[in-house]
Amino acid sequence: MLNPHDIIKNVRNEGSAVVLELAGEIDMQCSTELRGEIMAILQEKPSALVVNMSQVTFMDSSGLATLVEALQWSRRNGGTFRLSGLQENVRNVFEISRLESFFEIYDSEAEAMAQ
Amino acid sequence: MTEKTDPSPILIISELVKSFSNQRVLDGINLEVYPGEIMVIMGGSGCGKSTLLRHIIGSIAPDSGSIKLFGQEMTTLDDKALNAIRKRFGILFQSGALFNSLTIGDNIALILKEHTNLDATTIEIMVKIKLELVNLREHADKMPAMISGGMKKRAGLARAIALDPKILFYDEPSAGLDPVTSAQIDQLIIDLTKKLHVTSVVVTHEMDSAFTIADRMCMLDKGKVLKVGTRQEFEWLRDSDPADCPSEQDRLIRQFLRGDAEGPITERKLTSDYEEDLLMASLKHEK
Repeated sequence: MLNPHDIIKNVRNEGSAVVLELAGEIDMQCSTELRGEIMAILQEKPSALVVNMSQVTFMDSSGLATLVEALQWSRRNGGTFRLSGLQENVRNVFEISRLESFFEIYDSEAEAMAQ
Repeated sequence: MTEKTDPSPILIISELVKSFSNQRVLDGINLEVYPGEIMVIMGGSGCGKSTLLRHIIGSIAPDSGSIKLFGQEMTTLDDKALNAIRKRFGILFQSGALFNSLTIGDNIALILKEHTNLDATTIEIMVKIKLELVNLREHADKMPAMISGGMKKRAGLARAIALDPKILFYDEPSAGLDPVTSAQIDQLIIDLTKKLHVTSVVVTHEMDSAFTIADRMCMLDKGKVLKVGTRQEFEWLRDSDPADCPSEQDRLIRQFLRGDAEGPITERKLTSDYEEDLLMASLKHEK
C-alpha cells in the first residue's frame, strides 16, 4: 500500500488558508490515507483549502469521491475548498462525472489563492 | 484509432481453439487489443463471439491456445490469481447480472466493499457518481425487479465500472435497448475510453452501434477471424460496390455489415444436398 506522503507533496499555510500540494496517482490504494490527511487539515478549520493538483497524473473515482467529501467538510466548517492546476486526464474525471461545476477549479494555484 | 500511449497490447489472443461435442466453435483465433481503443468483435449468431468473450474473462478454458491479459496468461491461472485479475477488468453481461436481493445502489456498493478498504462515506459517494454516469442515481434504492431491462443493463454497467477497471468487456450492450438508451450506452463507452483511457472490447451484432463506437473491428465467422481492421476499412467494405469485392470473404463481410438478405451468407445455407434430403424423406415413408 502506498504511503500517503507519496501523494502529499507539501502542506503549507498561506495566511488563514492552507495549500495542499498533491503529486502522483490517486487511486483506491491511497484514497483512504489521503482522506485522513485532508480531514486532519480541515479539522483546523482554515478559511480556505487550496488543493494544488498540478502534479497529479492520474485520479480515479475514489479520489474524486474523497474530494467531494472534503468539499462537504469544508463547507460545513464555513470555509472554501478550491482545486487548481488539473491536468487534462484528471479534469476529464470531473467532466465525465459531471462534477466540473460542483467544485471551484482554477488553472493555477495563484488564481485559486487570489479569490 | 486512438493514439497509443503504450505500444504493447493489453490483450493478446493466440491460436485459440475450443470445441464442444466435436464441433469446433473457436478455430485458431488470433487478436490483439491495444490500451485505450474500442475493439468491436462482431459476427452472426453462433460465430463464436460470445464464446470468445467467455474465454477472455476466464469463464471457459480453451482446448489450446493462449490469452494474455495485462501480460498474464489467463488460461493457466488458478482461481486465486484469476480472482485477483478480475478486479482489474469489468464485464457488462447481456442481462446486467444484478443481485436481485439488493437495491441497485447496494449492487454497486457490494463490489466496492468486497474489494477495497474505502470508507463507507467514500463508497456511498462513489455509488452516486457511478449511477449518475448511467443516469440511474434517482433509482438507487429500487430493487432490480422494479426497473426495466434497459435500466438493468445500465445498472450492470455502473457495477462493471465500480472498481474503475482498465479494460471493460461488453456482451451485446445495445441488445434489447430503445434507440435513445442504446445511444447513451454508446456515448458512455466512447467517453470512458477517450476521456478515461479505459480499453473496451465490445461483442455485438448491432451494426449502427458498432460503427458509432469502434476504433477497430474484428469479424468472426465459423470460429475464425475473417478480418481485423480499422472502422474506416470496414466502412469502405460496407459502402463498396460488390464489383470492388473480388473475394468471397469480402463479399460475406459486406453482406453482414449491410444486413443484406442476398449474398454469400445466405447462399451457403442453401446446401447442395437439400433435394436429396427431401427425396430420402419421402422414400422412408413409402415403405
